[in-house]
Amino acid sequence: MAAVTALNESAAAASAGRTRGMQAGRRRRLNVFRYVVFTVFGLFFLLPLLAMLRFSLEGAKLGTWSLTAWRQIASYQNTGIPPLLSAIEITLELAVITCAVMLVLLVPTMIWVRLRVPWLARTIEVLCLLPLTIPSIVLVVGLGEIYNRIQHYSLSALMLFWVYVILALPYAYRALAAGLGAIDVTTLSEAARSLGASWFTVIVRVIAPNMRQSILNAVLLTWSLVLGEFTIAYLLLYTNLQVELYSISRNTPNAGVLFSTSFAALLFAFALLMILSYVGRRRRGRG
Amino acid sequence: MEALSRHYGPVVALDRLDLTLQPGELIVLLGPSGCGKTTTLRLLAGLEDADAGQIFVGGKDITRLPASKRDMGMVFQAYSLFPHMTVRQNVAFGLRLRRIGAAQRDKRAMEMLELVDLPTQADRYPHQLSGGQQQRVALARALAIEPQVLLLDEPLSALDAKVRAQLRDQIRRIQLEVGITTLFVTHDQEEALAIADRVGVMREGHIEQLAPPVEVYSRPATSFVAEFVGLTNRLVGEVRAGQLTVRGCTLPLVDRETPDGQVVALVRPEAVTLASHDAPESGLLVGTVIAVTFLGATSRVTVDLGDATILAQVTTADATALPAGSRVALTIRPDPVLVSASSDPAVSVAGDEA
Repeated sequence: MAAVTALNESAAAASAGRTRGMQAGRRRRLNVFRYVVFTVFGLFFLLPLLAMLRFSLEGAKLGTWSLTAWRQIASYQNTGIPPLLSAIEITLELAVITCAVMLVLLVPTMIWVRLRVPWLARTIEVLCLLPLTIPSIVLVVGLGEIYNRIQHYSLSALMLFWVYVILALPYAYRALAAGLGAIDVTTLSEAARSLGASWFTVIVRVIAPNMRQSILNAVLLTWSLVLGEFTIAYLLLYTNLQVELYSISRNTPNAGVLFSTSFAALLFAFALLMILSYVGRRRRGRG
Repeated sequence: MEALSRHYGPVVALDRLDLTLQPGELIVLLGPSGCGKTTTLRLLAGLEDADAGQIFVGGKDITRLPASKRDMGMVFQAYSLFPHMTVRQNVAFGLRLRRIGAAQRDKRAMEMLELVDLPTQADRYPHQLSGGQQQRVALARALAIEPQVLLLDEPLSALDAKVRAQLRDQIRRIQLEVGITTLFVTHDQEEALAIADRVGVMREGHIEQLAPPVEVYSRPATSFVAEFVGLTNRLVGEVRAGQLTVRGCTLPLVDRETPDGQVVALVRPEAVTLASHDAPESGLLVGTVIAVTFLGATSRVTVDLGDATILAQVTTADATALPAGSRVALTIRPDPVLVSASSDPAVSVAGDEA
């Protein structure tokens, strides 16, 4: 009996061992697959960036190194076109204004709708996502008349913030909606109200601080959109960073400053992402 | 609260409800889901508007006052602490809104945390606390603003049984210590009976009985109360000349004016005593044990009488002598019994006024 029991036990152990072996093999194959995919796509994205970086560090002679293209970011100027630095400044200002207006518009509205008029939520969602379905050229045709009037009062490219807010709506909405969905907005607002908070206090001091991560995400998405926007600025005859880079490329196709500026913009966006991730992680760790 | 009514479309949540809380009293509203107990609480808090009726606090009509101006402290079922604030900041939040100075705010917050036995957790964040601790902080936060009324909306529902019992007693201790008028909503009978000065049993938007716990349990005003609060056996009996006969047992009635006729007697399981019965039937009420449910110190025995089943609550020591299948003799303790007309078990026959 003991021998039969021992036989049964060793058969079970062998079977368990075989299963573990198969699972380990499967895990190994999965890891290999992951690494291959990661490497292939990593190279697909990284190689052009590395080429761009190398080109921006190219000296006058092929094969030499130089920081000229990077130094030119602050001083490059095409004839008859505003300096590159000015375009960079305008774009950064546009990004800040667009983010601010978008947040002031969307955050209280979304919280208010969630708390007080939930039946409007679907309508707001559709309105916010609508710009995704409208091609830029159609937007420009629609906004052309309005911008004709705006240009009577101001020719500054900062006026682009109106249309950029519209463009950023779908991305910002989704980021903020995810944040709102992660907190119990109703209970928090009722708790605050029962303690004597006004609706303003509820939105600004109770709900919005708990949406910090999603607000940061919305800011990042808006910022990236503004930094990379070309079509609408070009068609409405404004000069932002991308329009300026395009002009430079038309006039001086081999200008290293094109690549140094583009790479700098990319680095800036990455840096922003890292900062936001760090802030978000720190907040999660703290509370 | 006078003649309060609230409708959600065709659904009547509250139907002309009248409720008065005495100063320093703890009233528990008890009832099944959808009976209107939470709606009552939310109307008092100002989180919802009444369709009709009035609410007075300290003689002042607050019916149309917004929630932020009602000066009530509320503890919610769901964890309601502000995640981005520390425990200290949470407790001090209401004081900050009232523009109380930082030093005084801090002092008061620490006093409240000491009241709920959490002074060492002041600088932690809500997610670092257990469920019971979070609800204690929520209680401290509600009390910090010295409200006129404390409202608790099933604050223990999300907690496990042992923590629930501990926190329940702590809430009662704090409520007595502070002396604050309190309205507590729950669907848990044990909670209600353990801590209330008065229990209001609600059904379909109105209060069936509002009385001290002992009275609600031992002298239920209606069959709904009798059946909702604790377990109840429904036994067919007959009333004749002010006396009730059930299964050969003669029992007094809660309402001696009950007219003669067939009735349904509502008998508590603990009023039924069991003894082992090996001899043939001799006029005693006899049955067969179907099941024994172990509940800890007591056990519930289900006995088959042939044409009905009856529940008896006995000590576990006694229950072990009565395994399933054994024959038992039953006696019903002669406590006053509530009856309802046998034709309509839901109709109440009022005993004493609640």
